[in-house]
Amino acid sequence: MSAVKPRSEKDYNGNMGIVKAEDVTFEYIRRDEEGNVEGITTAVDKVSLDVNQGEFIAILGHNGSGKSTLAKHINAILYPTEGTVWVDGMNTAEESKVWEIRRTAGMVFQNPDNQIIGQVVEEDVGFGPENMGIPTKEIWERVEESLKAVGMYEFRKHSPNKLSGGQKQRVSIAGVLAMHPKCIVLDEPTAMLDPKGRKEVIRAVRALNDVERVTVILITHYMEEIIHADRVFVMDKGKIAMEGTPREIFSQVEELQELRLDVPQVTLLAYELQKRGIRLPDGILTARELADALLSKGF
Amino acid sequence: MLRDITLGQYYQTESVIHRLDPRVKLAGTLLFIISLFFYKNFIGYLIAAFFLFLVIRLSHVPFRFMVKGMRAILFLLLLTVTFNLFLTPGEPLVTIWKLTITKEGLKTAGTMAVRLILLVVGSSVMTLTTTPNNLTDGMEKGLGFLKIFRVPVHEVAMMMSIALRFIPILMEETDKIMKAQIARGADFESGNLIRRAKALVPLMVPLFISAFRRANDLAMAMEARCYRGGGGRTKMKPLVYKGRDRIAYLCILLYLVAGIFLGRLQLPVLG
Repeated sequence: MSAVKPRSEKDYNGNMGIVKAEDVTFEYIRRDEEGNVEGITTAVDKVSLDVNQGEFIAILGHNGSGKSTLAKHINAILYPTEGTVWVDGMNTAEESKVWEIRRTAGMVFQNPDNQIIGQVVEEDVGFGPENMGIPTKEIWERVEESLKAVGMYEFRKHSPNKLSGGQKQRVSIAGVLAMHPKCIVLDEPTAMLDPKGRKEVIRAVRALNDVERVTVILITHYMEEIIHADRVFVMDKGKIAMEGTPREIFSQVEELQELRLDVPQVTLLAYELQKRGIRLPDGILTARELADALLSKGF
Repeated sequence: MLRDITLGQYYQTESVIHRLDPRVKLAGTLLFIISLFFYKNFIGYLIAAFFLFLVIRLSHVPFRFMVKGMRAILFLLLLTVTFNLFLTPGEPLVTIWKLTITKEGLKTAGTMAVRLILLVVGSSVMTLTTTPNNLTDGMEKGLGFLKIFRVPVHEVAMMMSIALRFIPILMEETDKIMKAQIARGADFESGNLIRRAKALVPLMVPLFISAFRRANDLAMAMEARCYRGGGGRTKMKPLVYKGRDRIAYLCILLYLVAGIFLGRLQLPVLG
Protein backbone atom coordinates (compact mmCIF):
# COMPACT_ATOMS: atom_id res chain seq x y z
CA MET A 1 0.00 0.00 0.00
CA SER A 2 1.22 3.44 -0.82
CA ALA A 3 1.39 6.31 1.58
CA VAL A 4 -1.51 8.70 1.84
CA LYS A 5 -1.59 11.34 -0.83
CA PRO A 6 -1.55 14.90 0.44
CA ARG A 7 -4.62 16.97 -0.32
CA SER A 8 -2.80 19.69 -2.17
CA GLU A 9 -2.18 17.39 -5.16
CA LYS A 10 -5.78 17.69 -6.27
CA ASP A 11 -7.30 20.33 -8.49
CA TYR A 12 -9.86 22.59 -6.96
CA ASN A 13 -12.27 24.93 -8.63
CA GLY A 14 -12.18 28.05 -6.59
CA ASN A 15 -15.82 28.82 -5.96
CA MET A 16 -18.56 26.37 -5.08
CA GLY A 17 -17.64 22.69 -4.82
CA ILE A 18 -19.18 19.91 -6.82
CA VAL A 19 -21.45 18.93 -3.94
CA LYS A 20 -22.52 21.33 -1.25
CA ALA A 21 -24.98 20.59 1.51
CA GLU A 22 -26.21 23.24 3.87
CA ASP A 23 -28.08 22.42 7.08
CA VAL A 24 -29.65 19.39 5.44
CA THR A 25 -32.29 17.70 7.55
CA PHE A 26 -34.28 14.70 6.45
CA GLU A 27 -37.15 13.18 8.37
CA TYR A 28 -38.79 9.84 7.74
CA ILE A 29 -42.41 10.24 8.68
CA ARG A 30 -44.22 7.10 9.74
CA ARG A 31 -47.96 7.14 9.26
CA ASP A 32 -50.65 4.78 10.45
CA GLU A 33 -53.38 3.42 8.17
CA GLU A 34 -55.45 6.62 8.27
CA GLY A 35 -52.47 8.72 7.35
CA ASN A 36 -51.95 10.25 10.76
CA VAL A 37 -48.38 10.90 11.74
CA GLU A 38 -47.23 8.15 14.07
CA GLY A 39 -43.70 9.23 14.57
CA ILE A 40 -40.85 11.10 12.97
CA THR A 41 -37.35 9.75 12.61
CA THR A 42 -34.73 12.33 11.86
CA ALA A 43 -32.28 10.41 9.68
CA VAL A 44 -30.12 13.38 8.76
CA ASP A 45 -29.85 16.26 11.17
CA LYS A 46 -28.51 19.65 10.03
CA VAL A 47 -25.60 18.33 8.02
CA SER A 48 -23.39 20.73 6.10
CA LEU A 49 -20.58 19.63 3.90
CA ASP A 50 -18.68 20.86 0.90
CA VAL A 51 -16.97 18.58 -1.59
CA ASN A 52 -14.50 19.90 -4.13
CA GLN A 53 -14.06 18.66 -7.68
CA GLY A 54 -11.63 15.76 -7.80
CA GLU A 55 -11.69 14.96 -4.12
CA PHE A 56 -12.01 11.52 -2.60
CA ILE A 57 -14.42 11.81 0.29
CA ALA A 58 -15.35 9.03 2.68
CA ILE A 59 -18.44 9.09 4.84
CA LEU A 60 -18.17 6.66 7.69
CA GLY A 61 -20.75 5.53 10.17
CA HIS A 62 -22.35 2.44 11.65
CA ASN A 63 -25.84 1.24 10.72
CA GLY A 64 -28.54 3.83 11.14
CA SER A 65 -26.15 6.76 11.29
CA GLY A 66 -27.90 8.41 8.35
CA LYS A 67 -25.05 8.04 5.88
CA SER A 68 -27.09 6.27 3.20
CA THR A 69 -29.92 8.75 3.52
CA LEU A 70 -27.46 11.57 3.05
CA ALA A 71 -26.04 9.83 -0.03
CA LYS A 72 -29.47 9.61 -1.66
CA HIS A 73 -29.77 13.37 -1.39
CA ILE A 74 -26.80 13.89 -3.68
CA ASN A 75 -28.48 11.94 -6.47
CA ALA A 76 -31.83 13.71 -5.99
CA ILE A 77 -33.51 10.45 -5.00
CA LEU A 78 -34.47 12.12 -1.74
CA TYR A 79 -35.06 15.82 -1.14
CA PRO A 80 -34.14 17.46 2.14
CA THR A 81 -36.96 18.25 4.55
CA GLU A 82 -35.02 21.34 5.48
CA GLY A 83 -31.86 22.86 4.09
CA THR A 84 -30.45 22.67 0.56
CA VAL A 85 -28.22 20.40 -1.46
CA TRP A 86 -26.42 21.72 -4.54
CA VAL A 87 -24.81 19.47 -7.08
CA ASP A 88 -22.53 21.32 -9.47
CA GLY A 89 -24.42 24.49 -8.64
CA MET A 90 -27.88 22.97 -9.20
CA ASN A 91 -30.37 22.80 -6.37
CA THR A 92 -31.63 19.21 -6.03
CA ALA A 93 -35.05 20.42 -4.98
CA GLU A 94 -35.64 21.87 -8.44
CA GLU A 95 -37.57 19.24 -10.30
CA SER A 96 -36.55 20.40 -13.76
CA LYS A 97 -32.89 19.75 -12.93
CA VAL A 98 -33.36 16.17 -11.70
CA TRP A 99 -31.95 14.40 -14.77
CA GLU A 100 -29.09 16.82 -15.12
CA ILE A 101 -28.21 16.23 -11.47
CA ARG A 102 -28.43 12.47 -11.83
CA ARG A 103 -26.05 12.50 -14.75
CA THR A 104 -23.63 14.77 -12.87
CA ALA A 105 -23.65 12.68 -9.71
CA GLY A 106 -23.89 8.97 -10.46
CA MET A 107 -24.76 6.51 -7.79
CA VAL A 108 -23.68 2.94 -7.03
CA PHE A 109 -25.81 1.00 -4.58
CA GLN A 110 -25.13 -1.71 -2.06
CA ASN A 111 -26.66 -4.79 -3.64
CA PRO A 112 -24.95 -5.61 -6.95
CA ASP A 113 -27.80 -7.86 -8.11
CA ASN A 114 -30.46 -5.22 -7.71
CA GLN A 115 -28.86 -2.55 -9.85
CA ILE A 116 -27.77 -4.46 -12.92
CA ILE A 117 -30.43 -4.15 -15.60
CA GLY A 118 -28.71 -5.70 -18.59
CA GLN A 119 -28.46 -9.38 -19.38
CA VAL A 120 -24.97 -8.94 -20.76
CA VAL A 121 -22.30 -6.84 -19.08
CA GLU A 122 -21.86 -4.42 -21.98
CA GLU A 123 -25.61 -3.91 -22.36
CA ASP A 124 -25.86 -2.98 -18.71
CA VAL A 125 -23.05 -0.47 -18.97
CA GLY A 126 -24.79 1.03 -22.00
CA PHE A 127 -28.07 1.48 -20.13
CA GLY A 128 -27.24 4.89 -18.66
CA PRO A 129 -25.98 6.45 -21.90
CA GLU A 130 -29.02 5.04 -23.73
CA ASN A 131 -31.30 6.82 -21.29
CA MET A 132 -29.40 10.03 -21.87
CA GLY A 133 -29.93 9.82 -25.60
CA ILE A 134 -26.25 9.48 -26.54
CA PRO A 135 -25.64 8.47 -30.21
CA THR A 136 -24.99 4.77 -30.74
CA LYS A 137 -21.37 5.10 -31.78
CA GLU A 138 -20.48 7.14 -28.73
CA ILE A 139 -22.28 4.69 -26.43
CA TRP A 140 -19.93 1.96 -27.62
CA GLU A 141 -16.90 4.15 -27.01
CA ARG A 142 -18.11 5.00 -23.53
CA VAL A 143 -18.89 1.38 -22.71
CA GLU A 144 -15.45 0.29 -23.82
CA GLU A 145 -13.57 2.96 -21.91
CA SER A 146 -15.70 2.50 -18.77
CA LEU A 147 -15.22 -1.25 -18.72
CA LYS A 148 -11.50 -0.80 -19.24
CA ALA A 149 -11.34 1.72 -16.40
CA VAL A 150 -12.68 -0.85 -13.93
CA GLY A 151 -10.80 -3.75 -15.49
CA MET A 152 -13.86 -5.64 -16.68
CA TYR A 153 -13.41 -5.27 -20.43
CA GLU A 154 -12.69 -8.95 -21.05
CA PHE A 155 -16.01 -9.82 -19.37
CA ARG A 156 -18.07 -7.55 -21.63
CA LYS A 157 -19.95 -10.42 -23.30
CA HIS A 158 -20.63 -12.32 -20.06
CA SER A 159 -23.88 -12.63 -18.20
CA PRO A 160 -23.84 -10.65 -14.93
CA ASN A 161 -25.31 -13.65 -13.09
CA LYS A 162 -22.11 -15.60 -13.62
CA LEU A 163 -19.81 -12.92 -12.15
CA SER A 164 -18.58 -12.68 -8.58
CA GLY A 165 -19.90 -9.99 -6.26
CA GLY A 166 -16.82 -7.81 -6.70
CA GLN A 167 -17.01 -8.12 -10.48
CA LYS A 168 -20.71 -7.26 -10.50
CA GLN A 169 -20.05 -4.21 -8.41
CA ARG A 170 -17.28 -3.12 -10.80
CA VAL A 171 -19.76 -3.48 -13.65
CA SER A 172 -22.16 -1.25 -11.73
CA ILE A 173 -19.39 1.32 -11.34
CA ALA A 174 -18.67 1.13 -15.07
CA GLY A 175 -22.39 1.62 -15.71
CA VAL A 176 -22.27 4.88 -13.81
CA LEU A 177 -18.94 5.88 -15.29
CA ALA A 178 -20.32 5.54 -18.83
CA MET A 179 -22.63 8.45 -18.06
CA HIS A 180 -19.53 10.62 -17.63
CA PRO A 181 -20.47 11.94 -14.21
CA LYS A 182 -18.39 14.53 -12.45
CA CYS A 183 -19.01 12.80 -9.19
CA ILE A 184 -19.76 9.23 -8.13
CA VAL A 185 -21.53 8.42 -4.90
CA LEU A 186 -20.97 4.86 -3.73
CA ASP A 187 -23.45 3.79 -1.09
CA GLU A 188 -21.75 0.96 0.80
CA PRO A 189 -20.62 -0.74 -2.40
CA THR A 190 -18.65 -3.37 -0.51
CA ALA A 191 -21.09 -4.25 2.26
CA MET A 192 -22.23 -7.46 0.59
CA LEU A 193 -18.86 -8.58 -0.74
CA ASP A 194 -16.17 -10.94 0.48
CA PRO A 195 -12.73 -9.49 1.35
CA LYS A 196 -11.37 -10.18 -2.13
CA GLY A 197 -14.32 -8.48 -3.81
CA ARG A 198 -13.96 -5.55 -1.46
CA LYS A 199 -10.35 -5.07 -2.43
CA GLU A 200 -11.20 -5.21 -6.16
CA VAL A 201 -13.91 -2.60 -5.80
CA ILE A 202 -11.85 -0.24 -3.69
CA ARG A 203 -8.96 -0.54 -6.15
CA ALA A 204 -11.33 0.36 -9.01
CA VAL A 205 -12.73 3.30 -7.07
CA ARG A 206 -9.27 4.62 -6.32
CA ALA A 207 -8.28 4.32 -9.96
CA LEU A 208 -11.32 6.39 -10.94
CA ASN A 209 -10.28 9.11 -8.59
CA ASP A 210 -6.56 9.01 -9.43
CA VAL A 211 -6.70 8.45 -13.17
CA GLU A 212 -10.10 9.67 -14.33
CA ARG A 213 -10.21 12.51 -11.82
CA VAL A 214 -13.79 11.76 -10.86
CA THR A 215 -14.93 13.08 -7.51
CA VAL A 216 -15.68 10.11 -5.29
CA ILE A 217 -17.95 10.04 -2.29
CA LEU A 218 -17.57 6.65 -0.66
CA ILE A 219 -20.01 5.64 2.01
CA THR A 220 -18.89 2.74 4.12
CA HIS A 221 -18.61 1.27 7.54
CA TYR A 222 -15.28 -0.42 6.89
CA MET A 223 -12.46 1.61 8.31
CA GLU A 224 -9.79 0.14 6.02
CA GLU A 225 -11.54 1.63 3.01
CA ILE A 226 -11.21 5.23 4.08
CA ILE A 227 -7.41 5.17 4.36
CA HIS A 228 -6.99 6.58 0.86
CA ALA A 229 -9.60 9.29 1.17
CA ASP A 230 -8.66 12.96 1.13
CA ARG A 231 -11.21 13.80 3.77
CA VAL A 232 -13.39 11.73 6.04
CA PHE A 233 -16.72 12.58 7.63
CA VAL A 234 -17.84 10.36 10.47
CA MET A 235 -21.59 10.32 10.99
CA ASP A 236 -23.49 9.36 14.08
CA LYS A 237 -27.22 9.74 14.80
CA GLY A 238 -27.72 11.82 11.66
CA LYS A 239 -25.02 14.34 12.55
CA ILE A 240 -21.45 14.75 11.46
CA ALA A 241 -19.51 13.67 14.52
CA MET A 242 -15.95 13.99 13.20
CA GLU A 243 -14.29 15.48 10.16
CA GLY A 244 -10.72 15.47 8.94
CA THR A 245 -8.04 13.59 7.03
CA PRO A 246 -7.87 9.84 7.65
CA ARG A 247 -4.77 10.43 9.78
CA GLU A 248 -6.56 12.97 11.94
CA ILE A 249 -9.55 10.67 12.31
CA PHE A 250 -7.50 7.61 13.14
CA SER A 251 -5.49 9.40 15.77
CA GLN A 252 -8.67 9.70 17.83
CA VAL A 253 -8.95 6.03 18.65
CA GLU A 254 -11.07 6.40 21.75
CA GLU A 255 -13.62 8.68 20.12
CA LEU A 256 -13.98 6.23 17.25
CA GLN A 257 -14.54 3.36 19.61
CA GLU A 258 -17.18 5.41 21.36
CA LEU A 259 -18.96 5.76 18.02
CA ARG A 260 -18.86 1.95 17.74
CA LEU A 261 -16.43 1.98 14.83
CA ASP A 262 -13.61 -0.53 14.51
CA VAL A 263 -10.20 1.01 14.18
CA PRO A 264 -7.90 -0.93 11.79
CA GLN A 265 -5.70 -3.41 13.62
CA VAL A 266 -2.45 -1.65 12.74
CA THR A 267 -3.72 1.69 13.97
CA LEU A 268 -4.97 0.07 17.14
CA LEU A 269 -1.63 -1.67 17.69
CA ALA A 270 0.24 1.59 17.20
CA TYR A 271 -2.15 3.29 19.60
CA GLU A 272 -1.64 0.63 22.25
CA LEU A 273 2.14 0.84 21.80
CA GLN A 274 1.93 4.60 22.21
CA LYS A 275 0.02 4.14 25.43
CA ARG A 276 2.79 1.86 26.71
CA GLY A 277 5.26 4.66 26.17
CA ILE A 278 6.69 3.95 22.73
CA ARG A 279 6.79 7.25 20.93
CA LEU A 280 5.17 6.78 17.55
CA PRO A 281 3.53 9.31 15.23
CA ASP A 282 -0.26 9.67 15.52
CA GLY A 283 -2.72 7.94 13.22
CA ILE A 284 -0.61 5.19 11.68
CA LEU A 285 -2.63 3.68 8.83
CA THR A 286 -0.65 0.85 7.27
CA ALA A 287 1.54 -2.00 8.44
CA ARG A 288 4.39 -0.58 6.35
CA GLU A 289 4.19 2.77 8.14
CA LEU A 290 4.20 1.09 11.53
CA ALA A 291 7.15 -1.10 10.58
CA ASP A 292 9.11 1.92 9.33
CA ALA A 293 8.30 3.91 12.44
CA LEU A 294 9.37 1.07 14.68
CA LEU A 295 12.59 0.48 12.71
CA SER A 296 13.49 4.15 12.93
CA LYS A 297 13.08 3.84 16.70
CA GLY A 298 15.77 1.16 16.63
CA PHE A 299 13.63 -1.94 17.09
CA MET B 1 -34.52 -28.95 -9.72
CA LEU B 2 -35.52 -25.37 -10.41
CA ARG B 3 -32.46 -24.66 -12.45
CA ASP B 4 -33.30 -27.08 -15.21
CA ILE B 5 -35.60 -24.77 -17.10
CA THR B 6 -33.65 -23.44 -20.05
CA LEU B 7 -36.42 -21.31 -21.52
CA GLY B 8 -35.29 -17.74 -21.21
CA GLN B 9 -31.68 -18.76 -20.61
CA TYR B 10 -29.15 -17.40 -23.00
CA TYR B 11 -26.28 -19.61 -24.10
CA GLN B 12 -23.18 -17.53 -24.67
CA THR B 13 -21.23 -18.37 -27.81
CA GLU B 14 -20.43 -16.95 -31.24
CA SER B 15 -22.50 -18.09 -34.20
CA VAL B 16 -24.42 -16.85 -37.22
CA ILE B 17 -27.69 -17.57 -35.46
CA HIS B 18 -26.60 -15.53 -32.44
CA ARG B 19 -25.78 -12.59 -34.65
CA LEU B 20 -29.08 -12.58 -36.53
CA ASP B 21 -31.48 -9.74 -36.00
CA PRO B 22 -33.91 -10.74 -33.22
CA ARG B 23 -36.83 -9.78 -35.45
CA VAL B 24 -35.74 -12.48 -37.90
CA LYS B 25 -35.55 -15.02 -35.11
CA LEU B 26 -38.90 -13.97 -33.68
CA ALA B 27 -40.67 -14.08 -37.01
CA GLY B 28 -38.87 -17.30 -37.91
CA THR B 29 -39.84 -19.03 -34.68
CA LEU B 30 -43.42 -17.89 -35.01
CA LEU B 31 -43.66 -19.07 -38.60
CA PHE B 32 -41.95 -22.34 -37.71
CA ILE B 33 -44.47 -23.01 -34.93
CA ILE B 34 -47.42 -22.13 -37.17
CA SER B 35 -46.04 -24.30 -39.94
CA LEU B 36 -46.06 -27.32 -37.61
CA PHE B 37 -49.84 -27.18 -37.47
CA PHE B 38 -50.26 -27.26 -41.23
CA TYR B 39 -48.53 -30.50 -42.03
CA LYS B 40 -50.59 -33.45 -43.05
CA ASN B 41 -47.88 -36.06 -43.54
CA PHE B 42 -44.57 -37.12 -42.11
CA ILE B 43 -42.55 -35.44 -44.87
CA GLY B 44 -43.56 -32.05 -43.46
CA TYR B 45 -42.29 -33.00 -40.02
CA LEU B 46 -39.14 -34.44 -41.52
CA ILE B 47 -38.49 -31.17 -43.31
CA ALA B 48 -39.22 -29.24 -40.09
CA ALA B 49 -36.90 -31.47 -38.07
CA PHE B 50 -34.18 -31.21 -40.68
CA PHE B 51 -34.52 -27.42 -40.82
CA LEU B 52 -34.38 -27.23 -37.03
CA PHE B 53 -31.38 -29.56 -36.95
CA LEU B 54 -29.54 -27.30 -39.41
CA VAL B 55 -30.33 -24.22 -37.32
CA ILE B 56 -29.14 -25.94 -34.14
CA ARG B 57 -25.91 -26.98 -35.82
CA LEU B 58 -25.38 -23.41 -37.03
CA SER B 59 -26.09 -22.01 -33.56
CA HIS B 60 -23.19 -23.92 -31.91
CA VAL B 61 -25.39 -24.54 -28.87
CA PRO B 62 -24.77 -28.04 -27.47
CA PHE B 63 -27.72 -30.29 -28.09
CA ARG B 64 -28.08 -31.20 -24.40
CA PHE B 65 -29.22 -27.64 -23.65
CA MET B 66 -32.19 -28.13 -25.94
CA VAL B 67 -32.96 -31.44 -24.29
CA LYS B 68 -32.81 -29.79 -20.87
CA GLY B 69 -35.69 -27.57 -21.87
CA MET B 70 -37.61 -30.68 -22.84
CA ARG B 71 -37.57 -31.97 -19.27
CA ALA B 72 -39.87 -29.16 -18.19
CA ILE B 73 -42.59 -30.30 -20.58
CA LEU B 74 -42.02 -34.02 -20.19
CA PHE B 75 -45.11 -34.41 -18.06
CA LEU B 76 -47.28 -32.51 -20.50
CA LEU B 77 -45.85 -34.55 -23.33
CA LEU B 78 -46.58 -37.87 -21.63
CA LEU B 79 -50.09 -36.75 -20.74
CA THR B 80 -50.86 -35.69 -24.30
CA VAL B 81 -49.46 -38.84 -25.77
CA THR B 82 -51.32 -41.11 -23.32
CA PHE B 83 -54.66 -39.44 -23.82
CA ASN B 84 -54.37 -39.42 -27.55
CA LEU B 85 -53.16 -42.98 -27.62
CA PHE B 86 -56.06 -44.44 -25.68
CA LEU B 87 -58.95 -42.13 -26.26
CA THR B 88 -58.99 -41.70 -30.02
CA PRO B 89 -61.78 -43.76 -31.55
CA GLY B 90 -61.00 -45.79 -34.65
CA GLU B 91 -59.62 -49.10 -35.82
CA PRO B 92 -58.36 -51.03 -32.77
CA LEU B 93 -54.79 -52.30 -32.82
CA VAL B 94 -54.07 -53.59 -29.30
CA THR B 95 -56.43 -53.95 -26.38
CA ILE B 96 -55.07 -54.00 -22.82
CA TRP B 97 -57.79 -54.52 -20.24
CA LYS B 98 -60.33 -51.75 -20.98
CA LEU B 99 -57.93 -49.55 -22.91
CA THR B 100 -57.65 -49.78 -26.61
CA ILE B 101 -54.91 -48.38 -28.76
CA THR B 102 -56.28 -47.49 -32.15
CA LYS B 103 -54.45 -46.93 -35.38
CA GLU B 104 -55.73 -43.36 -35.48
CA GLY B 105 -54.76 -42.86 -31.84
CA LEU B 106 -51.24 -44.02 -32.50
CA LYS B 107 -51.00 -41.63 -35.41
CA THR B 108 -52.38 -38.63 -33.52
CA ALA B 109 -50.24 -39.35 -30.47
CA GLY B 110 -47.12 -39.57 -32.60
CA THR B 111 -48.00 -36.37 -34.43
CA MET B 112 -48.69 -34.52 -31.19
CA ALA B 113 -45.43 -35.70 -29.63
CA VAL B 114 -43.39 -34.70 -32.66
CA ARG B 115 -45.17 -31.35 -32.85
CA LEU B 116 -44.63 -30.57 -29.17
CA ILE B 117 -40.98 -31.56 -29.25
CA LEU B 118 -40.30 -29.50 -32.36
CA LEU B 119 -42.24 -26.59 -30.91
CA VAL B 120 -40.33 -26.53 -27.63
CA VAL B 121 -36.93 -27.15 -29.17
CA GLY B 122 -37.69 -24.54 -31.83
CA SER B 123 -38.51 -21.87 -29.30
CA SER B 124 -35.55 -22.87 -27.10
CA VAL B 125 -33.27 -22.24 -30.06
CA MET B 126 -34.53 -18.69 -30.14
CA THR B 127 -34.15 -18.06 -26.41
CA LEU B 128 -30.78 -19.80 -26.25
CA THR B 129 -29.30 -17.74 -29.05
CA THR B 130 -30.86 -14.37 -28.29
CA THR B 131 -30.18 -12.37 -25.17
CA PRO B 132 -33.51 -11.57 -23.57
CA ASN B 133 -32.66 -7.90 -23.92
CA ASN B 134 -32.14 -8.41 -27.60
CA LEU B 135 -35.37 -10.33 -27.80
CA THR B 136 -37.37 -7.61 -26.14
CA ASP B 137 -35.61 -5.10 -28.37
CA GLY B 138 -36.83 -7.13 -31.32
CA MET B 139 -40.36 -7.17 -29.97
CA GLU B 140 -40.21 -3.49 -29.22
CA LYS B 141 -39.16 -2.61 -32.71
CA GLY B 142 -41.11 -5.34 -34.48
CA LEU B 143 -44.31 -4.38 -32.68
CA GLY B 144 -43.53 -0.67 -32.64
CA PHE B 145 -46.46 0.02 -34.95
CA LEU B 146 -48.79 -0.82 -32.04
CA LYS B 147 -47.82 2.49 -30.44
CA ILE B 148 -50.38 4.14 -32.70
CA PHE B 149 -53.01 2.22 -30.75
CA ARG B 150 -51.52 3.49 -27.50
CA VAL B 151 -50.02 0.14 -26.59
CA PRO B 152 -47.07 0.86 -24.25
CA VAL B 153 -44.68 -1.26 -26.31
CA HIS B 154 -41.47 0.04 -24.76
CA GLU B 155 -42.73 -0.33 -21.20
CA VAL B 156 -43.93 -3.88 -21.77
CA ALA B 157 -40.64 -4.79 -23.42
CA MET B 158 -38.70 -3.30 -20.50
CA MET B 159 -40.82 -5.18 -17.97
CA MET B 160 -40.25 -8.42 -19.81
CA SER B 161 -36.52 -7.97 -20.02
CA ILE B 162 -36.34 -7.16 -16.30
CA ALA B 163 -38.51 -10.15 -15.44
CA LEU B 164 -36.21 -12.36 -17.47
CA ARG B 165 -33.14 -10.93 -15.81
CA PHE B 166 -34.51 -11.69 -12.36
CA ILE B 167 -35.67 -15.24 -13.04
CA PRO B 168 -32.29 -16.84 -12.27
CA ILE B 169 -31.75 -14.56 -9.28
CA LEU B 170 -35.11 -15.39 -7.77
CA MET B 171 -34.58 -19.07 -8.47
CA GLU B 172 -31.32 -19.02 -6.62
CA GLU B 173 -33.07 -17.24 -3.81
CA THR B 174 -35.87 -19.84 -3.74
CA ASP B 175 -33.24 -22.50 -3.48
CA LYS B 176 -31.56 -20.70 -0.61
CA ILE B 177 -34.80 -20.12 1.32
CA MET B 178 -35.81 -23.72 0.71
CA LYS B 179 -32.55 -25.00 2.12
CA ALA B 180 -32.85 -22.68 5.10
CA GLN B 181 -36.36 -23.96 5.78
CA ILE B 182 -35.32 -27.57 5.31
CA ALA B 183 -32.47 -27.02 7.76
CA ARG B 184 -35.07 -25.95 10.29
CA GLY B 185 -37.24 -28.98 9.70
CA ALA B 186 -39.57 -27.90 6.90
CA ASP B 187 -40.83 -30.75 4.77
CA PHE B 188 -41.46 -30.02 1.10
CA GLU B 189 -41.33 -33.59 -0.13
CA SER B 190 -43.86 -35.75 1.71
CA GLY B 191 -47.62 -35.68 2.12
CA ASN B 192 -50.38 -35.26 -0.42
CA LEU B 193 -50.73 -32.42 -2.86
CA ILE B 194 -52.59 -30.10 -0.46
CA ARG B 195 -50.03 -30.64 2.29
CA ARG B 196 -47.20 -29.95 -0.08
CA ALA B 197 -48.88 -26.82 -1.38
CA LYS B 198 -49.31 -25.65 2.20
CA ALA B 199 -45.65 -26.30 2.87
CA LEU B 200 -44.83 -23.81 0.11
CA VAL B 201 -46.38 -20.90 2.01
CA PRO B 202 -43.32 -20.31 4.21
CA LEU B 203 -41.32 -20.37 1.00
CA MET B 204 -43.47 -17.96 -0.99
CA VAL B 205 -43.82 -15.29 1.70
CA PRO B 206 -40.11 -14.48 2.09
CA LEU B 207 -39.65 -14.83 -1.65
CA PHE B 208 -42.33 -12.25 -2.37
CA ILE B 209 -41.00 -9.86 0.25
CA SER B 210 -37.54 -10.13 -1.23
CA ALA B 211 -38.89 -9.67 -4.76
CA PHE B 212 -40.62 -6.46 -3.75
CA ARG B 213 -37.50 -5.22 -2.04
CA ARG B 214 -35.47 -5.98 -5.14
CA ALA B 215 -38.03 -4.21 -7.32
CA ASN B 216 -37.77 -1.15 -5.13
CA ASP B 217 -33.96 -1.17 -5.28
CA LEU B 218 -33.95 -1.70 -9.02
CA ALA B 219 -36.40 1.12 -9.63
CA MET B 220 -34.16 3.43 -7.64
CA ALA B 221 -31.06 2.27 -9.49
CA MET B 222 -32.79 2.78 -12.84
CA GLU B 223 -33.90 6.28 -11.91
CA ALA B 224 -30.41 7.07 -10.66
CA ARG B 225 -29.21 6.15 -14.15
CA CYS B 226 -31.63 8.60 -15.74
CA TYR B 227 -34.25 6.10 -16.88
CA ARG B 228 -37.52 7.86 -17.65
CA GLY B 229 -39.42 5.64 -20.01
CA GLY B 230 -39.00 5.14 -23.73
CA GLY B 231 -38.99 8.75 -24.92
CA GLY B 232 -35.65 10.27 -25.89
CA ARG B 233 -33.75 7.01 -25.54
CA THR B 234 -31.12 5.94 -28.00
CA LYS B 235 -30.03 2.39 -28.60
CA MET B 236 -26.66 0.87 -27.96
CA LYS B 237 -27.50 -1.93 -30.35
CA PRO B 238 -30.00 -0.50 -32.82
CA LEU B 239 -31.71 -3.06 -34.98
CA VAL B 240 -30.76 -2.73 -38.62
CA TYR B 241 -31.31 -5.52 -41.09
CA LYS B 242 -28.08 -6.76 -42.65
CA GLY B 243 -27.29 -9.09 -45.50
CA ARG B 244 -27.39 -12.18 -43.32
CA ASP B 245 -30.83 -11.24 -42.06
CA ARG B 246 -32.17 -11.06 -45.59
CA ILE B 247 -30.62 -14.44 -46.33
CA ALA B 248 -32.19 -15.81 -43.16
CA TYR B 249 -35.60 -14.54 -44.24
CA LEU B 250 -35.05 -16.20 -47.58
CA CYS B 251 -34.17 -19.50 -45.85
CA ILE B 252 -37.30 -19.31 -43.74
CA LEU B 253 -39.35 -18.62 -46.84
CA LEU B 254 -37.75 -21.56 -48.65
CA TYR B 255 -38.48 -23.80 -45.70
CA LEU B 256 -42.09 -22.65 -45.61
CA VAL B 257 -42.59 -23.18 -49.31
CA ALA B 258 -40.99 -26.63 -49.20
CA GLY B 259 -42.86 -27.56 -46.04
CA ILE B 260 -46.27 -26.39 -47.18
CA PHE B 261 -45.84 -27.87 -50.61
CA LEU B 262 -44.55 -31.29 -49.57
CA GLY B 263 -46.07 -31.43 -46.13
CA ARG B 264 -49.61 -31.02 -47.31
CA LEU B 265 -49.51 -33.68 -50.01
CA GLN B 266 -51.97 -36.49 -49.55
CA LEU B 267 -49.76 -39.53 -49.33
CA PRO B 268 -51.51 -42.66 -50.52
CA VAL B 269 -49.44 -44.97 -48.30
CA LEU B 270 -50.56 -43.46 -45.03
CA GLY B 271 -54.01 -42.57 -46.22
